[in-house]
Amino acid sequence: MKDHYSDRKYIIGAMIVLPVLFFIVRLFILQVIDPSYKLSASSNVLRNVTQYAARGLIYDRNGELLVYNQPVYDLMVVPGQLAEFDTVELCQILEIDREYLDQEISKARAYSMFRSSVFLKQISSRTYAVLQEKLYKFPGFYVQLRTLRSYPNDIAAHILGYVGEVDGRIIDEKQGYAMGDYIGITGIEATYEEELKGEKGKNVFLVDVHNRIMGSYQEGRYNIPAVVGNDITLSIDAVIQKYGEKLMQNKIGSIVAVEPSTGEILALVSAPAYNPELLVGRVRTLNFRQLAADTLKPLFNRALMAHYPAGSAFKVVNGLIAMQEGIVNEHTRHTCPGHYTVGRLTVRCRYHTTPVAMPEAIQVSCNTYFCHIFRDLLDHPKYGSVTNGYNVWADHVRSFGLGERLEADFPNELRGFVPPSTYYDRFYGENRWRSLQLVSMAIGQGELSVTPIQMANMTAAIANRGYYYTPHIVRNIENSDNDRAFREENFTSIDSVWFEPVIDGMHRAVNGPDGGTARIAQVQGLDICGKTGTAENPHGDDHSVFIAFAPKDNPQIAISVYVENAGFGSAMAAPIASLIIEKYLTGEVTRKWLEDRILSADFINREVASTSRQENLSDEQED
Amino acid sequence: MSRKINIWANLDWMTVLVYLVMLFIGWISIYSAVYDEEHQSIFDTTQRYGKQLIWIIAAIVIAAAVLLTDNKLFLFFSYFFYAITILLLIAVLFFGTEVNASKSWFQFGGIQIQPAEFAKLATALALAQFLSTTKLKIHDSRALLTMGSIIFLPVLLILLQPDVGSSLVFFAFILVLYREGLTGWVLFFFILFGFLSVLALLLNEVNMVALLVISALSAYMIIGRNMKTAAKAVLIFALICLAVMGIFQLAAPGTMLVVKLITASVAGSLVLMGLAFRNKRNKASLLLGLLIAALLYTYSVDYVFDNVLMPHQRSRINIVLGFDDDPLGQSYNINQSKIAIGSGGLTGKGFLQGTQTKFNFVPEQSTDFIFCTIGEEFGFAGSTMLIGLFVFLLLRLIYLAERQRSQFARIYGYSIISILFTHFVINIGMTIGIVPVIGIPLPFISYGGSSMWAFTVMLFILLRFDAVRMEFLR
Repeated sequence: MKDHYSDRKYIIGAMIVLPVLFFIVRLFILQVIDPSYKLSASSNVLRNVTQYAARGLIYDRNGELLVYNQPVYDLMVVPGQLAEFDTVELCQILEIDREYLDQEISKARAYSMFRSSVFLKQISSRTYAVLQEKLYKFPGFYVQLRTLRSYPNDIAAHILGYVGEVDGRIIDEKQGYAMGDYIGITGIEATYEEELKGEKGKNVFLVDVHNRIMGSYQEGRYNIPAVVGNDITLSIDAVIQKYGEKLMQNKIGSIVAVEPSTGEILALVSAPAYNPELLVGRVRTLNFRQLAADTLKPLFNRALMAHYPAGSAFKVVNGLIAMQEGIVNEHTRHTCPGHYTVGRLTVRCRYHTTPVAMPEAIQVSCNTYFCHIFRDLLDHPKYGSVTNGYNVWADHVRSFGLGERLEADFPNELRGFVPPSTYYDRFYGENRWRSLQLVSMAIGQGELSVTPIQMANMTAAIANRGYYYTPHIVRNIENSDNDRAFREENFTSIDSVWFEPVIDGMHRAVNGPDGGTARIAQVQGLDICGKTGTAENPHGDDHSVFIAFAPKDNPQIAISVYVENAGFGSAMAAPIASLIIEKYLTGEVTRKWLEDRILSADFINREVASTSRQENLSDEQED
Repeated sequence: MSRKINIWANLDWMTVLVYLVMLFIGWISIYSAVYDEEHQSIFDTTQRYGKQLIWIIAAIVIAAAVLLTDNKLFLFFSYFFYAITILLLIAVLFFGTEVNASKSWFQFGGIQIQPAEFAKLATALALAQFLSTTKLKIHDSRALLTMGSIIFLPVLLILLQPDVGSSLVFFAFILVLYREGLTGWVLFFFILFGFLSVLALLLNEVNMVALLVISALSAYMIIGRNMKTAAKAVLIFALICLAVMGIFQLAAPGTMLVVKLITASVAGSLVLMGLAFRNKRNKASLLLGLLIAALLYTYSVDYVFDNVLMPHQRSRINIVLGFDDDPLGQSYNINQSKIAIGSGGLTGKGFLQGTQTKFNFVPEQSTDFIFCTIGEEFGFAGSTMLIGLFVFLLLRLIYLAERQRSQFARIYGYSIISILFTHFVINIGMTIGIVPVIGIPLPFISYGGSSMWAFTVMLFILLRFDAVRMEFLR
């Protein structure tokens, strides 16, 4: 076909080439001739500065500050923005050596050319002041504000836990964490991480060639403000916590104090404790290693994790179960010849008036009485077999929150141990065990083991005459309902009527006319009810145990105290509990002599301790 | 079988090579633009560069499929394709996914399809089919109406999305019509009005507009006379402008751009005016009339824009012109883009060494502003080479189109040239700040499967026709 317009291909070709020529001229001007764009580009350096959110503060129940944040400065480096600089001067300012500098820069290079890496962590405010004036000489470096935890009272390390940097595993497992972020590792910091951590933000700045911030990039459009974490108010009473830690100095053991009417934990002491400041900042790793290597295990939270025998303090529960099951009533008496003997087995008892009924049996902690009622229960024909009888007993025990985690609001709580009947089946063979073989549990020894917080909770259940609130440590969280089901009563399987004789016994043990095992714990007008215990320890001296609550009517505080290797319950545990109750209820301590005796007692450095222990032994006597 | 062997043997491998080189340049530029140290592998398919590789492989498969398809299919089904595309364009208005306040995409699982991309192809085919009708008189009013409908129906539908960038590309078909005999006046006025409209709003420099009008009109006076003189005149004008600009650059670099442009166009126009009057003295009155009309038009654009349009309509146009994305808006984006390209220097900062495109200064760096990465990292040398590659491709396609024996194939070829050219000019012009920000991709280079596949199909249909051009007599 004839094509009349074939020449137009030249026009079209020219139309294509012309703008292209224009483009090339334009590009030549832009890229080669005009220097202003190169200058613009060098001042077009962006800096992403993470705005780390300050973690929420932690207060005690009275608004006393337990944990706050203090500012520290991290020196950051962006390898891609580094220029020639005076390495000697930088090393001098930072007090580092050349080797460190080279090593950190090559580490940062290996991580990323364009992202910032930490060059030097947590430089002091003094170094920071010097550095800031000279920073213009070191392009590619900048200072990042961070916060570290600080503890005005240096108490409650085990409760509060500590904060550390996330590791690769956490970054993989959890959303929203990046290298260098902090995360709560134990205690409240871990349990309430979500509430405390807040939200990271980001500021994007334009930086010029002289390392000066020129302003926000695009008027802050890409900035994300950090959101500060929520404050938490604990149920802890800082005064009591501090006093408890002081009383437990040079001792191994635990104090747990609970408010029975709410389940709020007033104090939770694990001794030996450590200063929480030790696990903050640059020194953390070193100190942690030292604490972890300590044979006294200061990092171990005994209040939640130590398994102890319940000791004689457990007799109150056995008494309650026996009455509930109709084995005895408060008037049933047993004669005590000073020991309980069946065949070759003998359980010693101490001298006391006889025969005894429930209140007196608890007052004097009569082993014979409790061996009788425990065996009577297990052997009772209505259950059909010892196994059945035992299971009834064990169910009652568990209803006091023993043998299971309480599911309170801290991590790493242990369960304790209430042996199931199958445990004995395995040990002795099915239906081949008798009540006699279990009789040590009548007085809180044997296979049964408990944690101090379980004992405190058990005491609170007794103080409440039959129920407890799950013990917990957080009272209030800012911007949240804190609805963790801690407001529901957990009822024991014991009817409330049976508590009076037992409480009467506990009251007598402390305040009784004579023969009370815990008279050292007596404080006029406070109506303390308590029960001593001595937890047999196959590895060394027995542990001193005491549970108590006060006042007898409308109880304000329930407490359990364990002091390892301190002998009788009345020796150490009872005075400690008594002092704490007094301090909590009256705000002061009148018995300075008793306080001094406790403070000077030392069960860690043996030789010093021996004299005071002798003294204790002669003072009091018990099971 | 013999025909298939024919296809591979007769395929224009030169074009295929340029095509593959462009895909490769695009791929590594995207890698550099969105480079992320946590995903260093260029094959990492969670990142855009990894995905682009998948799109590229798919595009090559598609290209092969097109080559193996009987080219008569495109011929016979061109109206059918067109009808389907129109239906898709209607459907996307109802069932499309809304992105940035416009409904342009169908979302099928992870795959996004943009019907407007395929509308270009379908329109090209339909137009070729219609124009190649024997005994068609292009200036016949019914023919004009039909051609207008074929082109502007998709434009209308795409404007409704709204996607102004894509709809603007369809105006490139006027180039095709010009090649097939449409009077040069249409092309001329089209270019003139487009130019004036943008300039009037963009620069508000009436004087300059007037001068540009004079120079353009002068050029036309010569075009009307003789093609070769016209080309010569345009070249003269361009050279004079360049010379004046160059003198300014050397003598007084600080001078405002506007002043430089005005002086340059005045100088160029004066020379051309002289040439025009020497050739056609009697048309002086017409020249004057056109000048007055252009001035009035320029003023009226401003007037209508400021006094007649409602605020939201104004802001629409501002968005079209790229003014009002945001307070910093166009000036910010273009400035960042120019800084990135300008900082590249003669030879660039080197692959992956760009600082401006790494830190998110440049918006849309892997799609519409991909040229920034090339400009920054490969400098003037690299960007000129890429531009040269495009020019080579376009001229090569003109050569291919011209050697077709079938009118259908030639018209289709020019359609592809026009579309590629428009994309190229608008995209590059935008990144170096001489065209308002109109978001359309750079063919074969920008990130994205939909546009790459559409361009691939367009190109390889032409190559398919070219490979069997000897069979055609029609």
